[in-house]
Amino acid sequence: MTTPALELRGIQKRFGPVHALRGADFTLMPGELHALLGENGAGKTTLMHVAYGLTRPDGGEIRVGGAHVALPSPRAARRVGIGMVHQHFTSVSALSVAENVALAAGWPVDPKALRERVRALSERIGLPLDPGASAGSLTVGLKQRLEIVKALATETRILLLDEPTAVLAPGETDDLLRVVRSFTARGGAAVLITHKLDEALAAADRVTVLRRGEVVFAGAIAGQTAASLSAAMIGDAGAVTPTVLGAAPRAGPHDGPVLVHLSGIDILREGGAGLAVRQASLAVPAGEIVGVAAVEGNGQRELLRAVAGRLQPLAGRLEVAGPVGFIAEDRTTEGLIPDFSLTENIVLGATGQDPWIRRRRIDWRAARDYTSHLLTEFGIVSPGPDAPAAALSGGNQQKLVAARELARSPRVVVAEDPTRGLDIRAAGEIHQRLRAAATGGAAVLVHSSDLDEVLALADRVVVMSRGVLIEVPPGATRGAIGELMVTGGR
Amino acid sequence: MGAKASAAALLAGLAVLAGGLQLAGYDAVAALGALWNGAFGSWYAFTSATLVRSVPLIIIGLGIALAFRGGAFNIGAEGQFYAGAIAATWIGLQVSGLPAPVAIAALLLAAGLAGAGWVALPVVLKRRFGVLEVISTLLLNFVAESLVSLMVQGPLQESQHIYPQSDPIADAARLPLLPGTRLHAGIVLALAGAGALFVLFNYTWWGFRLRAVGAGPRAAEISGRIDAGGMTAAALLLSGTIAGVAGGVEVSGVSYALYQNLSPGYGFTAIAVALLARLDPRGVVVTGILFGALEAGAGAMQRDAGVPAVAVYVVEAVVIVVVLLVDAYRRRGPLPAGRPAERAG
Repeated sequence: MTTPALELRGIQKRFGPVHALRGADFTLMPGELHALLGENGAGKTTLMHVAYGLTRPDGGEIRVGGAHVALPSPRAARRVGIGMVHQHFTSVSALSVAENVALAAGWPVDPKALRERVRALSERIGLPLDPGASAGSLTVGLKQRLEIVKALATETRILLLDEPTAVLAPGETDDLLRVVRSFTARGGAAVLITHKLDEALAAADRVTVLRRGEVVFAGAIAGQTAASLSAAMIGDAGAVTPTVLGAAPRAGPHDGPVLVHLSGIDILREGGAGLAVRQASLAVPAGEIVGVAAVEGNGQRELLRAVAGRLQPLAGRLEVAGPVGFIAEDRTTEGLIPDFSLTENIVLGATGQDPWIRRRRIDWRAARDYTSHLLTEFGIVSPGPDAPAAALSGGNQQKLVAARELARSPRVVVAEDPTRGLDIRAAGEIHQRLRAAATGGAAVLVHSSDLDEVLALADRVVVMSRGVLIEVPPGATRGAIGELMVTGGR
Repeated sequence: MGAKASAAALLAGLAVLAGGLQLAGYDAVAALGALWNGAFGSWYAFTSATLVRSVPLIIIGLGIALAFRGGAFNIGAEGQFYAGAIAATWIGLQVSGLPAPVAIAALLLAAGLAGAGWVALPVVLKRRFGVLEVISTLLLNFVAESLVSLMVQGPLQESQHIYPQSDPIADAARLPLLPGTRLHAGIVLALAGAGALFVLFNYTWWGFRLRAVGAGPRAAEISGRIDAGGMTAAALLLSGTIAGVAGGVEVSGVSYALYQNLSPGYGFTAIAVALLARLDPRGVVVTGILFGALEAGAGAMQRDAGVPAVAVYVVEAVVIVVVLLVDAYRRRGPLPAGRPAERAG
């Protein structure tokens, strides 16, 4: 029998009162792509941080290639051939691509030689990059590419990928998985943390499922289905319909009054020169969910923010009924203030018309009661309305944002990537809320970086490509939409 | 929790001072005894030395807490204090015929406006060109000190044109004193200001939005639809106004005239006062009195134990460093990689 590339045995880890890992075992064989699944907060990232030397376990042992090792730091992990791609980008924006790779790999910074070395490396890996470009100027897809090149720059035999596809368009995801496959084909071993079960089913050889810090399933991917994996992830808590994987279309006519009306809108690029959106026209009636399919950086962000009243268009007519509920892309910096209590975060969304603001004074008792009511109604798991928002898991933070924005029956709802990084259950709940808002008579405009989510949620799909808004004909296939996103129909 | 850390910071500061004095060959026990006596040894010491010095520290500290809470780093309170003092002196010299309440109100109003005016340039520079207020407000301190120098040797110099100071202000413009002490009515203003700021931060819609801008400017703009830049500008202007009023109170209640070195660095010490109070107005009253006591005791220490008064600045420095360290530790947590999203499952 071959020796495992990486073995984690009985890993224990506590963060204060939270028991993040309860004796988790994990075995990674050479040459395999191993999917690591679990709900938000199940301990996936923590387990991989233990393997990468970022988190010191309270108990358990780590073996690499059969030998017992201690991994006090990422540097120690890299020395034994472990590389990691993190959930959040870790490149230095002000440095060039080549300098970022040198920084990660510990290579000498001799500009000319370094550029050649990085160019050769990225081409050998199959993810070509311009070594001279500044990392900050790269698109999201290319930034992700840089992260992978960095992880593979040293003699990496074990590659840990923490949700690398969350930010990628379908085509880019395929490229990435191809690269990972060729890495494993050369004898490398890779771990893929993902929330997209179809991705795990299509790409992985084996799978480990974590639930509340314990391994509940480990075995070959063959024979598994989306339903069996999500059952393992969620446990007995109930069969939640995996809406992300394609839900039944919402019935009902969409012939209410038009609540969002754009004609000939031009919008400047956020924090940059040039137009992000050119001559966009769109009408959304009450009760309809319009999905915006687009690859990162094609103007969808500016379009949604203009509709939400957060950006001023440069030209054109923009008529949006109020009030508007807005679920911002980045919940920890734009949606919430992590240091503020849940009540304060609810008050943050106030407009001055709220019952708990009287004569410009805040009635905290009423605001707290209202927050408690929202926590119950939206099923938000929290230590209570006085806890800081930072104490919530990602899914519950997002539910808090959704609760604040949707509870006041907005007539228009704008949602940017509302389920990014959420597990199936939390994503399903957010979807339900958006559908309920539409059924209740709101016009809903939603973008997701996951095309399948757009298709699952939307009554009608439009594509943004290079700043141009294109209506998708009814009945268009997923492939046709994907092509429109990339080519813009030209 | 915050109060504990602040108390620990103060104790650490005093311990470093005592250790340093002992190592430098002084009698640390005698020195600290003199410090205590100078600050709290008698009713007169407490009111006329400690509280008189606490008044400017509390008032300026409140202004700094307001700015920091609103996300603006006003390091220029010293300059705004001097701007207020100049304006107060000028008004104080003109109002001899007026009833006292009118004269004092005019003096304080002028001082506040001057403080706001002094911070207006940094506000405009920040709004227009993105110049960091940390730098612009700091640099304007030196300009303000030079301006005082210019004033007391020029337009505001006393009538004999001998000394670098102004004539004494009119009696009508002087704050009433607590009988038998040098403590003036500015203490009432300081306490009322703390109460007002506490209500502003905790119960008003405007104060909440101010705190939101300081705690999460992006979220305040995107989710709260607050004009974060405008809010920060307002916080800076108010903060400057308050520091200016402190300058007016000092002239009207203590010095009765303008001269150089009117402030022994109140504008800088007040930063430590505000930080140690964790920007809580109630705490600012407590830490303001503590630092007032240090300033008062420093003089006694020099007189009675022969220890240079500047040694107490060691305490202030240690306090600032410890408070910042505790904050950084809290923010980051004990784990290098602990992320909130994964901590609570």
